[in-house]
Amino acid sequence: MIFDTWKTTAALASVLVLSACSNGGGDTTGTDSASGDDGETTIVRHENDPYPSTYVPRPSTPTLIRGATVFDGIGGRIENGDVLMVDGRIAAVGTGLEAPEGATVIDGAGRFVTPGVIDIHSHLGVYPSPGVSAHSDGNEATQPVTSEVWVEHSVWPQDPGFEAALAGGITTLHILPGSANLFGGRGITLRNVSGRTVQEMKFPDAPYTLKMACGENPARVYGNRGRSPATDMGNMAGYRAAWQRASDYRDRWHEYWEDAEAGEDVSAPTRDIELDTLMGVLDGDILVHMHCYRSDQMAQIIDMSNEFDYQVSVFHHAVESYKIPDILAEANACSAVWADWGGFKMEAYDSIRENLPLLHANGACAMIHSDDAFNIQRLNQEVAKALADGQAAGLDISEAEAWSWLSSNPARGLGIDDQTGSLVEGLRGDVVLWSGNPFSTYTRADQVWIDGSLRYDRSNESLQPVRDFMVGQPGEGDQ
Amino acid sequence: MKRTLSAIALSLACTLPAMAQTYAVTNGRVVTNTSAGIIDDGTVVVRDGDIVAVGSNVQIPEGATVIDADGGWITPGIFAPVTQLGLVEVALESSTNDSGADDSPYSVALDVADSFNPAGMHIPTTRVEGITRAALVPSTGHNIFGGRGALIDTSGDADSVFDTGSFVFADLSQSGASTAGGSRAAAWTFLEAAFGDTRFYPGRYAAHPEGDALHRYDAAALVDVVRGRMPLMVEVDRAADIRRALRFQAENQPVQLIIHGGAEAWMVADELAAANVPVLIDPIANLPGSFDRIGSTLENAARLHEAGVTVAYTTQTADGYWNARLLPQHAGNAVANGVPWDIAFRSITLTPAEIYGVGARYGALAAGYAGDVVVWNGDPLEVMSAPTHVLIDGEETDMETRQTRLRDRYMDITDDTPYAYRR
Repeated sequence: MIFDTWKTTAALASVLVLSACSNGGGDTTGTDSASGDDGETTIVRHENDPYPSTYVPRPSTPTLIRGATVFDGIGGRIENGDVLMVDGRIAAVGTGLEAPEGATVIDGAGRFVTPGVIDIHSHLGVYPSPGVSAHSDGNEATQPVTSEVWVEHSVWPQDPGFEAALAGGITTLHILPGSANLFGGRGITLRNVSGRTVQEMKFPDAPYTLKMACGENPARVYGNRGRSPATDMGNMAGYRAAWQRASDYRDRWHEYWEDAEAGEDVSAPTRDIELDTLMGVLDGDILVHMHCYRSDQMAQIIDMSNEFDYQVSVFHHAVESYKIPDILAEANACSAVWADWGGFKMEAYDSIRENLPLLHANGACAMIHSDDAFNIQRLNQEVAKALADGQAAGLDISEAEAWSWLSSNPARGLGIDDQTGSLVEGLRGDVVLWSGNPFSTYTRADQVWIDGSLRYDRSNESLQPVRDFMVGQPGEGDQ
Repeated sequence: MKRTLSAIALSLACTLPAMAQTYAVTNGRVVTNTSAGIIDDGTVVVRDGDIVAVGSNVQIPEGATVIDADGGWITPGIFAPVTQLGLVEVALESSTNDSGADDSPYSVALDVADSFNPAGMHIPTTRVEGITRAALVPSTGHNIFGGRGALIDTSGDADSVFDTGSFVFADLSQSGASTAGGSRAAAWTFLEAAFGDTRFYPGRYAAHPEGDALHRYDAAALVDVVRGRMPLMVEVDRAADIRRALRFQAENQPVQLIIHGGAEAWMVADELAAANVPVLIDPIANLPGSFDRIGSTLENAARLHEAGVTVAYTTQTADGYWNARLLPQHAGNAVANGVPWDIAFRSITLTPAEIYGVGARYGALAAGYAGDVVVWNGDPLEVMSAPTHVLIDGEETDMETRQTRLRDRYMDITDDTPYAYRR
């Protein structure tokens, strides 16, 4: 179903392309506007959610974790604290909570409870294990502008990396296309659950995202083929040309909708799948996630976002963000960074271990990310390293504050912070019970809940998922 | 004397003999890696580059510079068994990457020490994380051999290569099969042919410089391997490939193998133990990243240890130049997955030194060992711990790096002083 149409109403007049995702099907008519039998004009509006989430939380029992150290994900720490989940949601966080009738009660003494970890930069499913050529599905590196591709159409739900990440406490993850292209395509936010289809993993109602890339990668990929972009200035020219086309496209559609709603007999513009995504950004419905390393390039991208009137939500990798926290804070742009990776190319040469804590201390939004199927399994350790390095440099940041780098800040970057990322009453019951302080190398996730349902238990093999690929293989079921 | 980044100081350090200096490192939990075990509240005395005393009741010599561990940990320096430190500055910039030589006509004869740059920026950043010694492993080029490995310290000094011709590296995994022509059979045939050439060196080459597999010059470089005087490090992951390697060793006595990779080593653990072949693994490598490594698991390290296999740890899932410094974290994760702490710590200190034949000099705190001593503010395998002092060959080293300089330059975001003037 490519298009849905709705009858013109005043209420819908202000509803833009991507805001009707939960409305489901209207009458489908095809690609042109049409008149209904009753003579009212119908207006073409794009179906914004043609591959809808079919994720359904698993059944859960009320669960009370009692007497643990709790990081709430937004800076709070509760000693001897309790976390109660009911009907898949966080029902209460505090001390001395009463267990509802029939609740599973878990002794958390000596252990820690946190929000589930959110990895805002993963290629699981699109560069899966095993890394065979048939599964190299993360970069549509055939032309530099591919806003029309959607990474969810590449995700292989049988990647064993998903279950390894679950054992590391990952409850939500954002899958991105690679960085070969200026515009790599749409990203997708997933629940870290097993499914036969990717739709069964899609985070319901999470905003779509757009992956863009700065710097060396697009210039190398296309420059080596003797075509543009071959330079940083070629990159900028490529983005600007696309944004200008998107701006014109958006004008045509908005003009059409305005005229049609005024009752004029007008034809809808021709749909362009590539420009639909960019229009979604300009309309504020799709969040821009941009791979950039260098501070000078990020500053130019921010200027470009002002030129075309859109918002950069998160710079990814951002190894030089520590040089421009003031500019980033002013632009309301977050940075998703590693603890200590770098050096693999020139734009990563100035990576320092204190990037994340320095951003935080200087008032810029920051978070950890993995970009890696191994690192995603222990993002808690990555944050521990960054925190220790920040503290050693004299920055006053607590462990409880640092947990925001693992959950609430990435939730903000994905536009799902009203759903998950912190232990706040009413939010999804995405919770990890750790064997000890999660900033210790020796600590492991004991149990992981997603929407209040126990999806991983380190001491119970029946709660350790095994993807199809590993069935019958050597080491099946080993972690 | 204190080592610094300055070129002048470096040149002085190079031209003058090591200055006689005595250090007493006190007030810490001393991990000896000897039968003395762990000594609570111990002292280590270093004089003229070497350790002279270790214990709980050690007399501090008069005039010694005292380093107070302040209740932290005192350990031997970390020994990273697989790195490309000083070979790579920026990996994707080929002009700065000497890790391998795709277009060279030579292979075994390539001596990685000739590519090593002690002034590389990643050496100080590795050193300040407690890594004092490392093996350099060359990448392969046009055939399965990468060349000859070497051993370095991380002082950054001109004489930091302390052993050359330490081993020869050969890739017999899937990628080696690809290099050899497309199959494992091709890779093993090439290795057999190379040994054949070498066994009859130099007579084999009397008529012309090309053998069945190796150029005359490469065969000369393989002689010590064939005669068992230099180990052959082979990259293999799949259980079947490890078994093939063990058969190769049995059929080519007295050759000595070191297995690198070893993702499925746990599946052949008893055979590895019986053959006394050491294995270099990354304990966090648990994903079936290729059809060579389907059986990868976090249990690998513990299972190998329980079977009695000699194991040292690597940072293979990270890299070997920028993040070889993460070795203690990788070892800590081995502990989290069932390896006893003292075994895991030994796997990044004394065990790799022993594998490379230098275990009587490096990797332990005991009289007669080199003065490689690290003081930590906590358990060295904990991610939140860090070294406070690093001694190499009995000299205290600089804890400042290019990275800490950049950090300090951008610590205060103000207009007061332009950043380029913050020196």
